[in-house]
Amino acid sequence: MLNPDLKLNEKLFDEDVESLATRDGFGQALVELGEKNPNVVVLTADLSESTRTDGFEKKFPERFFEVGVAEQNMAAIAAGLGTSGKMAFISSYATFSPGKNWETIRTTIVYNQANVKVAGHHSGIMTGPDGATHQATEDIAITRVWPGIEVYVPCDAIEAKKATLESAKINGPAYLRFTRDKTPIITTKETPFNKNKVQTFWISENPQATIFACGYMLYFALLAAKNLESQGINVLVANVSTIKPADEESIVELSKKTGKVITVEDHQITGGLGGMIAEILAKKSPTPMEFIGLKDTFAESGNWKDLLKKYEMDEKAIEKAVENIINK
Amino acid sequence: MDTTALLQDKLVELELKANQARQLLIETLLEAGSGHSAGPLGMTDIFTAFYFYILKHDPKNPDWVDRDRLILSNGHICPIRYVSMAMAGYFPIEELKTLRKINSRLQGHPHRSALPGVETTSGPLGEGLSQGIGIALAAKLDKKNYQVYVLASDGEHQEGNTWEAAMFAGKHKLNNLTLVIDRNNIQIDGFTENVMPLEPLKEKYLSFGWEVLEVDGNNIEAFINTVKEARGIFEKPVCIIAHTIPGMGVSFMEKDFTWHGKPPNKEEAQKALTQLRTLQGRIQSEHQ
Repeated sequence: MLNPDLKLNEKLFDEDVESLATRDGFGQALVELGEKNPNVVVLTADLSESTRTDGFEKKFPERFFEVGVAEQNMAAIAAGLGTSGKMAFISSYATFSPGKNWETIRTTIVYNQANVKVAGHHSGIMTGPDGATHQATEDIAITRVWPGIEVYVPCDAIEAKKATLESAKINGPAYLRFTRDKTPIITTKETPFNKNKVQTFWISENPQATIFACGYMLYFALLAAKNLESQGINVLVANVSTIKPADEESIVELSKKTGKVITVEDHQITGGLGGMIAEILAKKSPTPMEFIGLKDTFAESGNWKDLLKKYEMDEKAIEKAVENIINK
Repeated sequence: MDTTALLQDKLVELELKANQARQLLIETLLEAGSGHSAGPLGMTDIFTAFYFYILKHDPKNPDWVDRDRLILSNGHICPIRYVSMAMAGYFPIEELKTLRKINSRLQGHPHRSALPGVETTSGPLGEGLSQGIGIALAAKLDKKNYQVYVLASDGEHQEGNTWEAAMFAGKHKLNNLTLVIDRNNIQIDGFTENVMPLEPLKEKYLSFGWEVLEVDGNNIEAFINTVKEARGIFEKPVCIIAHTIPGMGVSFMEKDFTWHGKPPNKEEAQKALTQLRTLQGRIQSEHQ
């Protein structure tokens, strides 16, 4: 069942569950930060509306910079601002930022320890009809590998807002990962958020496997847990909303509870959440694992729910992975 | 920066400082055993003009908020920045011997967190002008009067990022930003105009909404006067194309692109130092 201590959305499994895109949570947080802190500045590369920086732009036009289609320039200008007393948010699609401008961010923001938050939008195959060119499926891998950066993958719009506000508490770089479409609101305003804590969203007695999920895919992991419960299979589902810093202690503890681990993400299975959990467990508590995610392939255009099914990433695929691993 | 005409005594002092900087540079590169020679020698006069005349700065307080910012985009010529900083009093001259060695603050390409006063981490090319723009925007937002000077190489104008930045600065008419291009015509693989032509460089900047001034970058007095002229232009950002001679001051390094990315060996260093000391004597005797 949903962990009652976390005050999650009780209507999560209703057909008319409230839905909102994580990018909307980001946009709300920017406006709030702008009101609280006069040093917050926002830059975008010709994607103001679709990356939800337009709310900030309208309210604080003097602190908003449109750089045009130039992601490297955006990153390095933000670095200059972020080393001069400003807190800069740069916002684009993740394939371009931190994709196209990866080295610029590495040198001028991360190594430079500039106070810049990189918001990567339209991540995952959920970007759908635009096709694989616009579906960022490597961004977790290419950001978490950097020393000295925080990496957030919020599960819903409410958590996206909290993660954005949290990233503003440090004077240094962070990566925030957002998705395009509306997805179910899993948490509530009262749900605790702690960047150092992996929280168990689905609990059960005598669980047989532990599912670690990040981003909106957490919803499908929870849906799978509910379906499995009706078949008499009990699992734990944990929300890894912060890839870095990694809560190694909770990850090891939750894995030890079942001895079987499944990771779930809308990202390549190499280098992302799956890679991160595997690295931790290989070192501290080797555990058999199954990986749900994109399996060393680019996806394609299509409705994202159809894509999840085709690429074996939907709740049915998660359920199958659980069954596989507990029967091994 | 003093806006009165340069006194002859001051000019001689600056020329002797530049000569001393070149000698320290050769010794530093020899000790490091790797690094770039031609670029730093060519830019020595400009660094001397900045650190000992133009910049509003305080070596004992490198984070002073009102200081002018000197951004080095082509980080590989950092040995001359380190030499100038040491001579100005940012750190002991002795520390130059640690360049490129383990546990040193003097990284092979400059790192902001390692050494206060270097302003930015740089080395990968084409990123300095953008960072300078960010700093200039911060100054505007904070209503600060400091000036942002960005030093860039000619070769790094082959990077698209440079032109993204040029476009942005033109759009925003950033008059607190001055770009100095080291037009020394060489890069690792040869002469810039053979590798990938940059000309007409002046016209390119003009068309991007900049004012462009040209100067002999190895003439300290002319360079200082050009920066003064640039500071008098309030409508737009200013690009100073500084024509320099790579390897300046050491005859066998001058205008030879093979000296772009290597240090002198012991004999070459000795020969270079002898030439520079002769030049030092000449500057002193000419002004006595």
